[in-house]
Amino acid sequence: MTEVIGIILICMGVAFDFLGVLGLVRLPDVYNRLQAATKCVTFGSAGILLGIIVMYGFTNFGFKALLGIIFIFLTSPTAAHAISRAAHRSRIPLAKISVVDKYEEDKELKDETLKEEVKV
Amino acid sequence: MRVLRWIIGLIIFAAFFYFNFFIYDGELLFKLINVILFSSLLILLRVMFGPTAVDRIVAVDILGVLAIGLLALLGLHYKESFFMDIGLIWALLSFIATIAFSKILEGRQLDD
Repeated sequence: MTEVIGIILICMGVAFDFLGVLGLVRLPDVYNRLQAATKCVTFGSAGILLGIIVMYGFTNFGFKALLGIIFIFLTSPTAAHAISRAAHRSRIPLAKISVVDKYEEDKELKDETLKEEVKV
Repeated sequence: MRVLRWIIGLIIFAAFFYFNFFIYDGELLFKLINVILFSSLLILLRVMFGPTAVDRIVAVDILGVLAIGLLALLGLHYKESFFMDIGLIWALLSFIATIAFSKILEGRQLDD
């Protein structure tokens, strides 16, 4: 029974990995690609590792898979946030069909307040 | 031209899935490993033709995440647990490289 559940989880993880990579190839923009690619972390590789935990239980393989899940969940959002911030600061343009850019407005507003403080 | 490219890509994907799931006669784990290897081939395509540097960094980061899944599947087949050690170290190095490259792109130094 546990083997069947584990195999189903692993198949779901591989499907999410493939869909995330498809989004990485197809989407038009850096930010959109990042948004599609971080999906293949949370359900893709973590799904595979969760299936291994279900299949093997608390052996050494299962504990290493649990360690991998914790490590991925800690590091991957940090890396995605750093990449997107660096991309926006190094003036990489958005795609032409994108509608709104709130971070740019925030940065402009912050710069104006800084100038006023300097003047006072 | 765009329609032609779309149709060529669709034919390649359909051929891969047909050969993998209906022609190739192997275990289920090998078929899943083939899907992950095909995905890493697509990621390498993005690394080669990415317009900006950030695209390449994102692609290499996701390649590290896919390598964890691939090594987990390999360990599941060989019933050995040391493949997960290789995966953890790969993920750690990929994370550090991503942070370092994003810091350099932002215009700061590494010890900032």
